[in-house]
Amino acid sequence: MQLPDAETLCRQLAAQMRPHVTPDTVLVGIHTGGVWLAERLQQELGLSHPPGAIDVSFYRDDYGARGLHPQPQRTEIPFAVEGAPVIIVDDVLYTGRTTRAALNELFDFGRPARVELAVLVDRGDRELPIAARYCALTLPEPLPASQNLQLEREEDGTLTLRLIDA
Amino acid sequence: MRNPQLNKHGELQHLLTLDGLPRDVITAILDTAAPFTEVAEREVKKLPLLRGKSIFNLFFENSTRTRTTFEIAAKRLSADVVNLNVSTSSTAKGESLLDTVDNLCAMQADMFVVRHAASGAPVLIAQHLQATARDHIHVVNAGDGRHAHPTQGLLDMYTIRHYKRDFSNLVVAIVGDVLHSRVARSQIAALTTLGVPEVRVIGPRTLLPTEVEKLGVRVFHNMSEGLRDVDVVMMLRLQNERMNGALLPTPQEYYKIWGLTQEKLALARPDAIVMHPGPMNRGVEIDSAVADGAQAVILPQVTFGIAVRMAVMSMLAGQ
Repeated sequence: MQLPDAETLCRQLAAQMRPHVTPDTVLVGIHTGGVWLAERLQQELGLSHPPGAIDVSFYRDDYGARGLHPQPQRTEIPFAVEGAPVIIVDDVLYTGRTTRAALNELFDFGRPARVELAVLVDRGDRELPIAARYCALTLPEPLPASQNLQLEREEDGTLTLRLIDA
Repeated sequence: MRNPQLNKHGELQHLLTLDGLPRDVITAILDTAAPFTEVAEREVKKLPLLRGKSIFNLFFENSTRTRTTFEIAAKRLSADVVNLNVSTSSTAKGESLLDTVDNLCAMQADMFVVRHAASGAPVLIAQHLQATARDHIHVVNAGDGRHAHPTQGLLDMYTIRHYKRDFSNLVVAIVGDVLHSRVARSQIAALTTLGVPEVRVIGPRTLLPTEVEKLGVRVFHNMSEGLRDVDVVMMLRLQNERMNGALLPTPQEYYKIWGLTQEKLALARPDAIVMHPGPMNRGVEIDSAVADGAQAVILPQVTFGIAVRMAVMSMLAGQ
């Protein structure tokens, strides 16, 4: 499969979001791809707050079956969530379980005014009632479960999408 | 023979001692603890990881700080915590240790946090659980006799890494009553496993185990020599309750020779940190000016201890 250019998708996503964001909109990226994407979107959209970062390892619903994720990262929310318009940012939307975990974690920091979801790619096969308000690309056919689609960042900061056999 | 703390996949099944625990497992625990430190600053200081799990704090020996930090750690992970001061309950009526354990297993325990005056009690419980095919129940040693206090050793390593970043160039001194100290044994095991090039023990001959140098440490019987140019000073509590016979003249005399004062601390590197596992005997092993001074990291140790215990419990319960 020919993978689309992540940089182009990134600009398209920012263009979709631009009419709807206000200077007080805050972004929260989900580790790791979503954090890179949120950093990029904050610059493109000229938002005043630096983005927050969430690692959902402590909120995953498969902890009982698979244990703790080996190298959890720090969740850092450098602004007040209470009353804030929040956009959760992730690179790829798949089952929706990561988004569910991120929502639960976000609410432990306060009650946001509203929460929206922005993703670069929707690969289909949802298992929860979750949809992205902003999405640069919806794949016409869902990817097989044996494949991982993820964002990677080169040394010069260029974002690329990569398909890996899980 | 398999390391009794690890399951067949090399993952942590119980935490009994740091002696013989592989370096990558220790590092993984420290790495996992880091994101848990942030939870204390949230609006809701709670994570859902151990929701529905029952953790029994089995304390056969008194402890306030250790029991409290284990309790807070478990509660911040949403576990149900039951505290048993066994010294005042069934054991006093004659029940054996393993009978107590079996009864609590019948109440669907998922984890035991065990403190016992006898070295080896947590190992005994872990072996009993394994022999009776109850591998889903985990044991954490919260201090046994003079043997080990692994979570204290781990939180000390977390503290050192927090302030010094890296273990590979450090000189670390452990000062005081090493003989009676399970904390010192866990510290020495962890420091040597993590590759600290020079670990020193400083204390009077009567309070150092014979042949302690075989643990890979340099021995000093003189504070001014031992503290020279060290990066980390780890003080130990003088364990009056564990002493039999006259190992010491008087606490006053001990303070004069072995107590950490500003004057003695000045021999260490200017950026040296001072640690103490608590509870402190001010004016015996440590002077108040040092304990409350700029180089002391004794209270951060307590805070980091919660995150380290959260990491240990969530790694165990996830297996």
